[in-house]
Amino acid sequence: MSTSRDRQNPAWFALIALLIFIAVGPVVLLLANSFKLDVDITSGVGGLLFMPTIQNYETALCDVLWYKPDHLRFCQIRFGGAFVNSIIIALVSTALTLLFGCMAAYALVRFRFMGRGSLSLSTLAVRMIPPAVLLVPVFGLWNNAFCLDKDYGLVALIRDTFGGRGDVCLAGTHSGIILIYVAMNLPFVIWILKSFIVQVPRSLEEAARVDGAGPFQTFFIVVLPLIKPGLAAAAIFTFRIAWNEYLLASALADRDTMTVPILIVNNASEFDGLGTIFATGMLLAIPPIIFTLFASRQIITGMTAGAVKG
Amino acid sequence: MTRHSLNRMTPYMFIAPAALVMILALFYPIAYMVWGSFRDWDPSQSLSETEFVGLANYIKLLGDAAFHESFRVTLVFAFTVVSVEMVLGVGLALLLDRNIRGMSVLRTLFILPMMIAPVVVGLVWRYMFHATYGTFNRFLESIGLPRVDWLGQNPLLSVIIADTWQWTPFIFILSLAALQSLPRSALEAARIDGATAWQQIWFIKLPLMMPVLIVTMLLRLIDAFKVLEVILVLTGGGPGLSTEILALRIARTAREFRELGEAAAMSNYLLMLLMLLTLGMFAFTRWQDARAQRLRPAAEEEE
Repeated sequence: MSTSRDRQNPAWFALIALLIFIAVGPVVLLLANSFKLDVDITSGVGGLLFMPTIQNYETALCDVLWYKPDHLRFCQIRFGGAFVNSIIIALVSTALTLLFGCMAAYALVRFRFMGRGSLSLSTLAVRMIPPAVLLVPVFGLWNNAFCLDKDYGLVALIRDTFGGRGDVCLAGTHSGIILIYVAMNLPFVIWILKSFIVQVPRSLEEAARVDGAGPFQTFFIVVLPLIKPGLAAAAIFTFRIAWNEYLLASALADRDTMTVPILIVNNASEFDGLGTIFATGMLLAIPPIIFTLFASRQIITGMTAGAVKG
Repeated sequence: MTRHSLNRMTPYMFIAPAALVMILALFYPIAYMVWGSFRDWDPSQSLSETEFVGLANYIKLLGDAAFHESFRVTLVFAFTVVSVEMVLGVGLALLLDRNIRGMSVLRTLFILPMMIAPVVVGLVWRYMFHATYGTFNRFLESIGLPRVDWLGQNPLLSVIIADTWQWTPFIFILSLAALQSLPRSALEAARIDGATAWQQIWFIKLPLMMPVLIVTMLLRLIDAFKVLEVILVLTGGGPGLSTEILALRIARTAREFRELGEAAAMSNYLLMLLMLLTLGMFAFTRWQDARAQRLRPAAEEEE
């Protein structure tokens, strides 16, 4: 094992240790502060030596706790509800994006049809659209044109496809936020998955077709299992954006559909609840941290496939 | 007959869901925004009730000092972070492109800053930059240096530092992947001919990595124009207009000043800028492909 490695210079280890410290330091700080009392956070003594307390997490999660924390008079931060919203929105939009994305990517790679070239090109081009650019039209459309009490054309179609409460606009519903996240993430997912589908040998699909499988059967039974690494990478990236996004969600969500990033930004300006804010931040960071630790290979694959195979 | 028409429709059935969502929630909104940017548009009105004002929004922005400032800040921010991150990321990749223990741990942990919500990144860095109890000032004080008013006096620098922390790993990981897929034979040949480490980097590694590096840089540049949340939480665009990048200004114009038409026009300016960058990227990859096609037969003949 050690023979295959280059010379083991202690300077390299020092450098790597320093880089790891820089990369992880702020995250450790977040973790440590989320277990500190506000006085400990601002007093500046101790560093990592302090009495841990779960009080911040109790405050943050007060609306889902089964008991009433002693230090709280009333429950101000409704983190539990926002967390559930975030999970619903992130999971549903990831699932839809992957499903639609892999089908589109397959068609773009395997079939020749009218408009393929321009479709492929426009998918690539819309990758550059920043969420801020979508803010104005999304705000306008979701509140006016995409209202569910109107009954014409596209709008009726959205209502039938995505549901909604019937009496309201698409703004303020989970479906409204999910719709824009799916649209926003599709170009990237199609792009990544295309580079994986290209590598699937055609002979497998032809064999399936000879055995009498239709195009959809061929795709879902033969091709999909072969591009699992690509799907995993795409899923992580889509989930990350849907989970972390703030701007569009804040324009669309109301009090009941608020996601965690909105809650954090809304409460970040108050300085008395510093520890609580760190606790909410930590809770928001947990899923990405888990992905990083357990699926770093897929993430790196996705990143290089997305950039190198442009 | 039905069999035949089914086959003809198959590609469209695969494409339909994605196309429908993208048309509905991406292309239609963009078109709607372009239309809205020619109108005097208040959030309480639906677009058809508004008044057509032609290019007034665009012209007003051209003379608007705050828009100029925010355009300047955006460009300074984007180009600074991309150059700093390119130098750091590529430098680290060249330095660490060897088989050492701990490399895979480093790569795993390096992804962490990119994966964590920008909102949370902003939160942690705001704490670290805090004038009195922030980590940096506490450290400066402990080694006997004067405090720095990070967010008050050097807001743009602080924002750039935070972004560099978050995104240098992206460039590092991509350049490392590029480095490790370089043809071994070229490096071997250089080593046998007695090229020094510097010569290998300058004349062999960097030129061979260049295609990937340029695409990486353009991708990062496009992403740098999307940054919003970190700055929003760190400084809120202030003090004054010192860190108010375009994305933030669009959000404020729409939500605080309630000038949707103007915000739409601003979005279009940003979109045009990004379109130019994307076209540059297309042109580059096309040119690259064409060159590779030209070179391939030559290389095969040599073999």
